[in-house]
Amino acid sequence: MKAPTFKYLRAESMDDVYAAFAEYGDEAVILAGGQSLMPMLNMRLAQPAVLVDINPIYELSGIVLSNQKLHVGAMTRHVEVANAELVAETLPLIGCAIKQVAHRGIRNRGTFGGSLAHADPAAEMPACAVALDATLILQSHGGARRVKATDFFLGVMSTDRRSDEILTSIELPTQGSNHAWAFHELSRRHGDFALVGVAATAQRRSEGLDGLRLVVFGCEARPRISEVVASRTLVPQDVAEFAAAVVKDLDPMSDLEGDAEIKLIQAHALVERSLNDLLAAQPYD
Amino acid sequence: MTEMLSIKLIVNGIVVNKLVDPRQHLTDFLRSDLGLTGSHIGCEHGVCGACSVRVNGRVVRGCLMLASQSDGAEIETIEGLVESGDLNELMTEFVARNALQCGFCTPGILLTAAEIVAEDRCFSRQEIRNELSGNICRCTGYQAIIDAIEMVLIENMKKK
Repeated sequence: MKAPTFKYLRAESMDDVYAAFAEYGDEAVILAGGQSLMPMLNMRLAQPAVLVDINPIYELSGIVLSNQKLHVGAMTRHVEVANAELVAETLPLIGCAIKQVAHRGIRNRGTFGGSLAHADPAAEMPACAVALDATLILQSHGGARRVKATDFFLGVMSTDRRSDEILTSIELPTQGSNHAWAFHELSRRHGDFALVGVAATAQRRSEGLDGLRLVVFGCEARPRISEVVASRTLVPQDVAEFAAAVVKDLDPMSDLEGDAEIKLIQAHALVERSLNDLLAAQPYD
Repeated sequence: MTEMLSIKLIVNGIVVNKLVDPRQHLTDFLRSDLGLTGSHIGCEHGVCGACSVRVNGRVVRGCLMLASQSDGAEIETIEGLVESGDLNELMTEFVARNALQCGFCTPGILLTAAEIVAEDRCFSRQEIRNELSGNICRCTGYQAIIDAIEMVLIENMKKK
């Protein structure tokens, strides 16, 4: 249970990161909060030759609101996201979901960007980023690339990030007063990874809810919008039918927490709860 | 041969200069290089919370941070916090109701509890229980631990 040998590089600037990528290529692994990477090292599930510690790069942290978008630095720690009034006010979905991310000691160190880059299918923040239509900013020596969260997650711990790129910030469109949201998660213990969870947003219209972006996580290999209901208008009498359609479209992976059949039953209950929450949500200012 | 890294940090108020192996985690360093064996090593993958220490004022898993990353940091361990008196009220309440048996988890639980108490707000019992989900105790069943933390929160409210 001790990490293997590696070379440790302390990056003081982005140039240090690019230099490490240039010299070591695929062998260089970014160390952000370390709350997923360090367990993988200690259990020797990962054996990188070089760790590039980006904790000293202060400009990668911080939360800024501009042009109806919240810009979250990749190194912003979960505790800072959870404590930020700006997040609670403009992105209540994140404000709610962040409390479910791991335990206090892990939230104190783990980072928003790290959680996205790690891309655990049972993690909360990737699902929220997809539901909120976030854009991820990836920087390399050659410049910046913008990738939609819907395109970023490719599979289990697999993303569209190239080996010479580093995730530097995340842009999240803020939720307006006609915006409804819902978040539900099932876990055995508070703070554990989700057995199954749902993150959802929608636009409130006089005739019902449309623009439904519903993500079931902890189920498939990557978080994705449930397309079968995305273009339809939700009214209260259709909740059961919508939930059935979402669940029918799922292809869950069995894992240690339960087989695929159990996950479908769990997902069905959470999707139904989430749809009811969306419909019941009151406008907020 | 691994290149050793020079780090300078403050541990319990004392400046420390040491050479560390890059792969050594913080709690291993505190225990084996500084003799501070109050932080325990349980699971070494961030689940049990026994290794908890305070880094720059916040509780973190000592097993999920490299010693080399603590260069320039201020570290407080259970030894320093006991000596400073910061944990006196919690320790009194823990002792009053035997909120520990083997004691392996206790340093980590006290650090988490101290951070809860420092938030200076109301916590329901369920909230305290949720907060402690990151610190595993296999002896007590948590009841007495939650009682102790709740008592300190109540006493602090009364003082206002």
